[in-house]
Amino acid sequence: MNTAALSLNNLTVCYDRHPAVHHLSGAFASGSLTAIVGPNGAGKSTLLKAIMGLLPATTGRIDHAALARSDIAYLPQQAQIDRQFPITVLDVVLLGHWRRIGALRAVTAELRAKAVAALAAVELNDFQRRPIRSLSAGQFQRVLFARMLLQDARLILLDEPFTAIDARTTADLLDVVRAWHAERRTVIAVLHDLEQVRAHFPETLLLARSGIAWGRTAQVLTPDNLRRARQMAEAWDESAPPCAVDP
Amino acid sequence: MSGWIDGLFAPFVEFSFMRRALVACLALGLGCGPVGVLLTLRRMSLMGDALSHAVLPGAAIGFLIAGFSLTAMSLGGFAAGVTVALLAGLVTRFTGQREDASFAAFYLISLALGVLIVSTRGSSVDLLHVLFGTILAVDDASLLLVASIASLTLLTLALIYRPLIVECFDPGFLQSVQARGTAYHLAFLILVVLNLVAGFQALGTLMAVGLMMLPAAAARFWAQEVWSMAAVAAGIAVLSGYLGLLLSYHHDLPSGPAIILTAGMAYLLSITLGPRDGLIVRFLPRQHLQT
Repeated sequence: MNTAALSLNNLTVCYDRHPAVHHLSGAFASGSLTAIVGPNGAGKSTLLKAIMGLLPATTGRIDHAALARSDIAYLPQQAQIDRQFPITVLDVVLLGHWRRIGALRAVTAELRAKAVAALAAVELNDFQRRPIRSLSAGQFQRVLFARMLLQDARLILLDEPFTAIDARTTADLLDVVRAWHAERRTVIAVLHDLEQVRAHFPETLLLARSGIAWGRTAQVLTPDNLRRARQMAEAWDESAPPCAVDP
Repeated sequence: MSGWIDGLFAPFVEFSFMRRALVACLALGLGCGPVGVLLTLRRMSLMGDALSHAVLPGAAIGFLIAGFSLTAMSLGGFAAGVTVALLAGLVTRFTGQREDASFAAFYLISLALGVLIVSTRGSSVDLLHVLFGTILAVDDASLLLVASIASLTLLTLALIYRPLIVECFDPGFLQSVQARGTAYHLAFLILVVLNLVAGFQALGTLMAVGLMMLPAAAARFWAQEVWSMAAVAAGIAVLSGYLGLLLSYHHDLPSGPAIILTAGMAYLLSITLGPRDGLIVRFLPRQHLQT
């Protein structure tokens, strides 16, 4: 196996003392392409947020010592973005250069040309001047992928990137994901469509708060493992006693 | 005809208090317009209102200490406004209560405190001054204050423009590439309070927020990028100041409401005539374009 880009060591992340990710250990190999699947409330999004440092680890550690913050790109679920905001497609994509432009530096002609090229790569030629509110959900997801192309990150985290996205856009954006994989970038995606996972993602983490299975996709997505994942109770047990596993 | 044109300029040529009021409106509009646009985009339209009320007890305490002194009232108002903004922000950060609710709670406490202070210690005339302002009595010192606040506002906005916009369009992204946008949010709230303080002694605490929100709400019907919206809003604010002053001069009306009502007219016109989603564009049958 390769060196790990990211390793989890007995990680527990809680909301209000109730664990959403429970004693999870393992590693995402450098250059791997991993799908995270599991039932609703299994802690998939929570895990990505914890990796981004948006949620604190209750116990355990997340190690990505070799990666700086600017080496990580994160695509949260779409709901958090104001799609009526008065901003053009090109301006959104240019934000992918944040590491180079920050709050104050100018956008050079070269950076602008790269943004236009990124838009072309997701097949949005001639969309530069369009306000984002005129875009469909699929087109907007393409814009966000173009922005991530410019971020040029070593580790890419995608939270349900293809939910409510049409089939054609999904296929095109999966091509982008595969290109990232070919460039030896580490990609982790939360997904629901098991067929898609089997077809495109070599590694899978099956999560039901605890890790059910983690490894080659074919060995993880077995009927037995999926049944065990489904048995996870979705509701919190309000009277649950403190966890007895060693911290 | 010449008399009509004369009416547009004569008041300002003739009277220095009208000139000063005009310059004050110009400076106020330049600062308030862009701040208002960002407030609406951050879905904080009503928080501007809340903050304008929050300024009151500080101004009242300043008034009690130093009489009708601009410096004392402005400093007091600024301190009260920032305190309310900070407390509301802290409650939101540490308890998770939504910011509109915590803002409402603290501004109401602040407003009641302000009215209590003014009514126990001042006369009702003073209260009217604080509530409704006296733009026609703007002196050189207050003019300097208003102009300084406008300059500081535009400079600061230029410095924090990019992160401020990202923080409001896609906060998750800013968090993932840099850090939380708390510092920018705070700097922006301070600008809001400063502009309300600039506005309150010219237009009064109740009216100050009008020159901030009405042009911003109108600008949305004319432009579709933040910078152009800010430019349109500043233009509408300045024009409302000018026309409102004329209106108040010729018809002997109080200047504050005249200015804000003019801005209100600009808003209604924008809803109707504006090319971006305006009512006429929306309901006028127009031939669609080729695909």
